[in-house]
Amino acid sequence: MSASTSSRPADALRDGDSKHAAPTSKAAQKVGGVAGWIDDRTGAAGGVNYLLKKVFPDHWSFMLGEIAMYSMIVCLLSGVFLTFWFVPSAGEVVYHGSFAPLQGVKMSEAYQSTLDISFDIRGGLVIRQIHHWAALMFTVAVSAHMFRVFFTGAFRKPRELNWVIGCILSMLAIVEGFAGYSLPDDLLSGTGLRAAEGFMQSAPVVGSYLAYLVFDGPFPGEAIIPRLYSVHVLLLPAILIGLFTAHIVLVAVQKHTQFPGPGKTNDNVVGYPVMPVYAAKAGGFFFIVFGVISLMAALIQINPIWGYGPYDPSPVTAGSQPDWYMGFADGALRITPNWLEFTALGYTVSLNIALGALGLIPVFYGVAIAYPFVEGWIKGDKGEHHLLDRPRNVPVRTALGVAALTYYFIFMFAAGNDIIAIKLGMSINDITHFFQATLFFLPMLMFWITKRICLSLQRHDRDLVLHGRESGTIIRTADGKFFERHEDLDPYTRWPLVQQDPVHPIQLESGVDANGVARKGARKERLRAKLSNFYFRDAVNPVTPAELAAAHVGPGHEAIDAEPPTHEIEPDKVDGRMGIDAVHDDSHEFGSSTH
Amino acid sequence: MTALAAKRRHPAAFAFLLLLALLVTGTAYAAFAPRPAQAATLGADQVVEGKKLFQANCSTCHGLNAEGKSLGDGTEAGPALAGVGASAVDFQMGTGRMPLAAPGIQAQRQQKILFTPEQISQVAAYIASLAPGPAVPTSSDYDPATGNAAKGGALFRVNCAMCHNFAGSGGALTRGKYAPSLMGVAPKDVYEAMVTGPQSMPVFNDTNIDPQGKRDIIAFLQTVHDSPTPGGMKLGALGPVSEGLFAWIFGLGILIGCAMWLGQKSA
Ligand code: HEC
Ligand code: HEC
Ligand code: HEM
Repeated sequence: MSASTSSRPADALRDGDSKHAAPTSKAAQKVGGVAGWIDDRTGAAGGVNYLLKKVFPDHWSFMLGEIAMYSMIVCLLSGVFLTFWFVPSAGEVVYHGSFAPLQGVKMSEAYQSTLDISFDIRGGLVIRQIHHWAALMFTVAVSAHMFRVFFTGAFRKPRELNWVIGCILSMLAIVEGFAGYSLPDDLLSGTGLRAAEGFMQSAPVVGSYLAYLVFDGPFPGEAIIPRLYSVHVLLLPAILIGLFTAHIVLVAVQKHTQFPGPGKTNDNVVGYPVMPVYAAKAGGFFFIVFGVISLMAALIQINPIWGYGPYDPSPVTAGSQPDWYMGFADGALRITPNWLEFTALGYTVSLNIALGALGLIPVFYGVAIAYPFVEGWIKGDKGEHHLLDRPRNVPVRTALGVAALTYYFIFMFAAGNDIIAIKLGMSINDITHFFQATLFFLPMLMFWITKRICLSLQRHDRDLVLHGRESGTIIRTADGKFFERHEDLDPYTRWPLVQQDPVHPIQLESGVDANGVARKGARKERLRAKLSNFYFRDAVNPVTPAELAAAHVGPGHEAIDAEPPTHEIEPDKVDGRMGIDAVHDDSHEFGSSTH
Repeated sequence: MTALAAKRRHPAAFAFLLLLALLVTGTAYAAFAPRPAQAATLGADQVVEGKKLFQANCSTCHGLNAEGKSLGDGTEAGPALAGVGASAVDFQMGTGRMPLAAPGIQAQRQQKILFTPEQISQVAAYIASLAPGPAVPTSSDYDPATGNAAKGGALFRVNCAMCHNFAGSGGALTRGKYAPSLMGVAPKDVYEAMVTGPQSMPVFNDTNIDPQGKRDIIAFLQTVHDSPTPGGMKLGALGPVSEGLFAWIFGLGILIGCAMWLGQKSA
């Protein structure tokens, strides 16, 4: 980032913006006095001021992260309430609470206390349900937020680090949820733990030791519930809050990205300042999220542990599924064929279990974490990006994302194979085979379809820019010809359609130098060129000013359209290629760095 | 001495005595042999009527004498029914499963019952007359009021939940077979299903689950069915799958809707 078109920092006032007048009312002065007292002792005003003057752009998809944040806060609040009554112990007791169908049944203290929370503590059930619904909404929103960041390219430099933090947050959220789900010691959570124990045992070589270590002996033992409890209420929440804070601070420091639009450039942020507008909106949104979650908790049952009954290693129930966020691992387990288990040197190697249950999560998150770096390398892109990509403008990335999601959802739906079987009256074997088969073709198919859709949307954009909108007005020329008048787009509408950088695949230099000696790193370059070709081979590039000018020299067109052939989108922005920020010198590297 | 004494060495006397002895032992055996409870109460014409009904409606698959019928290719049109008992017939016909409308993966409960209770008990009598089997239970056998729902819940989770789901809402088995939902199934049908084990379901005889245990299970199912659902709507009692689906579609949908609405409110 060398030359900048303006020296104004991104969050500074612009010409004509008026500063807020200092508050003058009595009450305000009092508040100011307290604030001053605090500031004198902490020096907080500087930081607070900095934060309050930050500008946030508005778009509904930018709120997904906020939904996640607020759901997490709801989890934290309701979780604290639960700790007042929950007893993390496997000690055996006989139930004498107010839920009649379990009278006199032997159970663990953990299960009994969860029953008590549900039936004997005022408001307990609704708080339990708030906690669990908030956990589901948290993971749902985190995933949706990840999709948004991915498909808009918000993970590009300088935000790769925040993408990594986000991935770790998402993974930990899953683990945190699983730990919580296992606490009440009902039939489902015990079944989940039993499965988890099996997964650990399937780890080659260390498996049985690992399981003994975690469970402090054979399954189920008495240790696992207290251990999970510390993990669930202490360890993971602490890490989650720490990482989340880092995540938010990075957003504030790096500023929020925005979608391209008139006046929205790579080095400004157009939106509302935190104080007062955005704070009011965000604060209000917190209550909306809290309200919607509470409504769900009040109206819809979740995890009816009294129905599942206390855990006992012998029974299992039909419809044993983990919460949805663990579903993809469970599904992978369900569709991994059994012949992957074999004996070698007298040891059983259970790849049929280990691959899906142990391997998938690290692979999935590993790929996600690596992606920004891989894409940056392929593009040779070292520039900073504060403007989001429209998903259609990066067809291959968008298509790769859809393919990855297809994998994810195949796995996830496979975890519900028995429910699908009974609801649709189909054979569970057929469904399982179907999922196995889709794994081999559906992601590729979705890749291809998505890429085609993106490319045609891009062509449509070009078309719109070059030829304008059909106006529906038919013109008859003096010599009797008819044609439909097309209305040119106004510069504001046109800008988002032409602002993106043109892209070209990297041209491969010859692998040998002038003396016929193999170059260093030639193989790496070849790979890069190949990948670059895969990404940009059929790129549809935005209309250039020259093309636009040429399009306006058509017959009859000039007579109607008196606009000058060069369209200035933003006078200070035209530097030969329309719509490319002058700052973006480094982005020229695409094609030029290698030839 | 009488003429009788004089004739006791008559050659026919031995044959006569043999006949008499056979008759007595036979009758005695018939009187004392273990047999299903209802056998004594069933009139012979019940059995005859039942046989007629059976031959008219069931013999195409089960054979004229309920001996079963194979289709030649190794599969059977219907199994032999000797020994399945009156209870099996009462269950199969009383839930509309038999007569099977068409061969399928599994005989399913039907809305429409084609036979009157009278006719069903006639066919049951006929099948019971072929060989002993479980009798149709009496109402005191399956009265939910005499069962303990808590104990029944424990028995249900160990013996039935793996197929029928923890709340009795049903579950999938292999190759399109399934264990149906038990909500709203009559206590008598539950009892009969346990003692006869229809199709893929195992038989739970009195040594597996004693009669009191069966009543406990019935009481448990009744409680699950009748009790209000604490905590709100059940979403089909299918566990986390429906909850996850709800969170994605409704939870996220509503929140995104709110976010869009909020986005439109400018300063
Ligand atoms: C279309 C052929 C068909 C007809 C008609 C039919 N059944 Fe069946 N029946 C079957 C089959 C097949 C089975 C075995 C079901 C299974 O195990 O999957 C069966 C099973 C049964 C059983 C259960 C046997 C056991 O082991 O518990 C009874 C009882 C029975 N049938 C009675 C009847 C009666 C009574 C009728 C007449 C009203 C009848 N069926 C008509 C095909 C038929
Ligand atoms: C191996 C799985 C399995 C187990 C275990 C099992 N069932 Fe079933 N059950 C089935 C199947 C399959 C059917 C359906 C049979 C049919 O349609 O003819 C069934 C049918 C029933 C029905 C008839 C439902 C109707 O709609 O008419 C009842 C009642 C029932 N089971 C109760 C029980 C009870 C009580 C237990 C535990 C003691 C139990 N089952 C255990 C598989 C099972
Ligand atoms: C953000 C992350 C969190 C997630 C995703 C999460 C998730 C869960 C889930 C799914 C359950 C099972 C609930 C049920 O249906 O019974 C649970 C239980 C529980 N959670 Fe959390 N939780 C989070 C944070 C916390 C925190 C911060 C605390 C405490 C300070 C807490 C305390 C508890 C307790 C005590 C239980 C067991 C009580 C019960 O099951 O009713 N949780 N959690």
